[in-house]
Amino acid sequence: MTFLKNRLFWPIAILVAMLIVNVFTSHEFLTIHDGHLFGTLIDIIRGSAPLMLVALGMTLVISTGGIDLSVGSVMAISGAVACLLIKDLSDQNAVGAVLLIVAVSIGVSALLGLWNGTLVAVVGIQPIIATLILMVAGRGLAQLITDGQIINVQSNPYASIATGFFLTLPVAFLIAMAAVALTAVLTRRTALGLLLESVGGSPAASRLAGIRARRITMMVYVVSGAFAGLAGLIVSADIKSADSIHAGDLIELDAILAVVIGGTALIGGRFSIIGTVIGALLIQTLTVTVVGVGVPPKATLLFKAVIVVALCLSQSPVFREKVFGRFKPRPAVRAEVTA
Amino acid sequence: MKTTIDATPEIAQNAPVNPRRRVYRPNAKYIPILATLVLLLAMYIGGLANLAHFDDPRVVVNLFRDNAVLLVVAVGMTFVILTGGIDLSVGAVISLTTTLTATLLQGGWPPLLVLPLVLVLGALLGSGMGAVIQYFKVEPFIATLAGLFLARGLALYINQESIPIRDKLWVTLSDLRIPLFDGVKTTLIAVVALVVVLIAAAVLAWTRFGRNVYAIGGSADSALLMGLPVARTRVLVYTISGFCAALGGVLFTINSTSGHALQGAGTELDAIAACVIGGVLLTGGSGYVFGTLLGVMVFGLISTIINFQGDLNAAWTRIVVGVLLFGFIVLQRLVTRRAR
Repeated sequence: MTFLKNRLFWPIAILVAMLIVNVFTSHEFLTIHDGHLFGTLIDIIRGSAPLMLVALGMTLVISTGGIDLSVGSVMAISGAVACLLIKDLSDQNAVGAVLLIVAVSIGVSALLGLWNGTLVAVVGIQPIIATLILMVAGRGLAQLITDGQIINVQSNPYASIATGFFLTLPVAFLIAMAAVALTAVLTRRTALGLLLESVGGSPAASRLAGIRARRITMMVYVVSGAFAGLAGLIVSADIKSADSIHAGDLIELDAILAVVIGGTALIGGRFSIIGTVIGALLIQTLTVTVVGVGVPPKATLLFKAVIVVALCLSQSPVFREKVFGRFKPRPAVRAEVTA
Repeated sequence: MKTTIDATPEIAQNAPVNPRRRVYRPNAKYIPILATLVLLLAMYIGGLANLAHFDDPRVVVNLFRDNAVLLVVAVGMTFVILTGGIDLSVGAVISLTTTLTATLLQGGWPPLLVLPLVLVLGALLGSGMGAVIQYFKVEPFIATLAGLFLARGLALYINQESIPIRDKLWVTLSDLRIPLFDGVKTTLIAVVALVVVLIAAAVLAWTRFGRNVYAIGGSADSALLMGLPVARTRVLVYTISGFCAALGGVLFTINSTSGHALQGAGTELDAIAACVIGGVLLTGGSGYVFGTLLGVMVFGLISTIINFQGDLNAAWTRIVVGVLLFGFIVLQRLVTRRAR
């Protein structure tokens, strides 16, 4: 019964349950058209790509004990920059130029992340407030870039970031998976993950141990910014336009939720990348399932609230103790440790 | 410390004795609030100097009317932040309250039943979140995020459209004008907001509950060891925040005589920002309701000036707010670092 105690057991169980529901409710769950995979399952993994990228960056930030509220605004800015530049191209279908613009947008996003990181690590502002600044001002910047309009582009290479297929799988999903794989290798096959958790556990102690805590803290915000920028490109490529008001609206809350569902503690010091991936898939599947079952889309938030409460309570040790504890024989002596 | 002694040893020796050398130094805990006050005055004087008709007293009076909802919500948020928590659900509670009020009134419910009902509902939502935070040790951020989803989801489920309110009492309250001086009038909601501020300030300054709030924010563990009712206080603080958010929603329906489920989106972050600008430390234990009042006034004055200016668009409002937020936080950081 040890698998029942795994933090990821309930999230995975709920995810699988919802997928099974989808097999029955959706018109096509998984089929092949024109050599591509199609169906609800593919919709889910394609739609979850932006959230997965944002949540991945958020995982690293939260593992150092921080939080990044500015991701939604960074997404809006990244999409706005890309569409503005692409609109000015003489040939919007030039692959090289579009790739260059994509790189520029991600670079801008990484710079915005550097700004957050500097405020947190050098100036010493609380992460929630430091990133709140960019969250408020960033959307204004995005509106300024697009001049308050929605910029439409007609670039096929750009659109293929979100709607294209490669090896029968959606490009957006492959991008997200590549980011996940890269992050997982860098944090779990090198000492980087350990350093991150050390900084999250105690920045002062890790500095005394010879870890460059500041540099690591700044780095996670840069990575979070860059991933958010990439997510912004996917969202904007999906609708072939830059919507500076609605792009990435409230995604920071969903991302934090995905991270928490995945078992990463908000106080920092430990993180789970695979947990975050499952969390992001769970949130996207929930959205798709609720609509698929025939519940009006406006009720999605209610379901989300119920799932959040259930999952967070199931992960709360105190709740487990209070609800399930009475069924177990209590140990004779129990050490009380208050956090 | 060391540099002053090295550089000017004579003055340093004489300073405590020579009364003419004594400079007024405010208590370090008042510095953030004073800084906000100085900036607010500077902004107002700058407006007087540069903008026509800015000297009209109605500019100041209208600040309270236009920001009444934010003010009431931010007062509730102050209580929560003082204990070291955070409440993300307030904007959604506003949505729920405005939608529910408008729908019930449209359905012909008696207004004197609707009013207490929605206020109690807001308080109950708040106490529910407080209980989850206190008893199950769920992070305030996550518990109130769930509250946000729940309240906004309920609001959207009830009605997604903007609902007009035709109820006689609501219309009367909305049209009510309270004369102040020289023909300057204000609305009921501004008065209600100001009363809420005064009550909250009195509660925090002079009651045992207020002292418990500060104690929990300073250190919840120490407060517990001192025998303070930590659990009760913490649940009550979220109850107050929920109640204030519901009251803010009611004030909104009175002001606009309508309800909308998307109303109040983002208010939670405005309220948090107002608290921070007013010098309430997010780590808890330090700050004043009057600071929050000043923070809301800073927010209001920024948009007033931008309105008067006329050629700045909404994008610039956000950027200016962001820049001011940045300035204040850096200032606060410097001040608190020196005070330590």
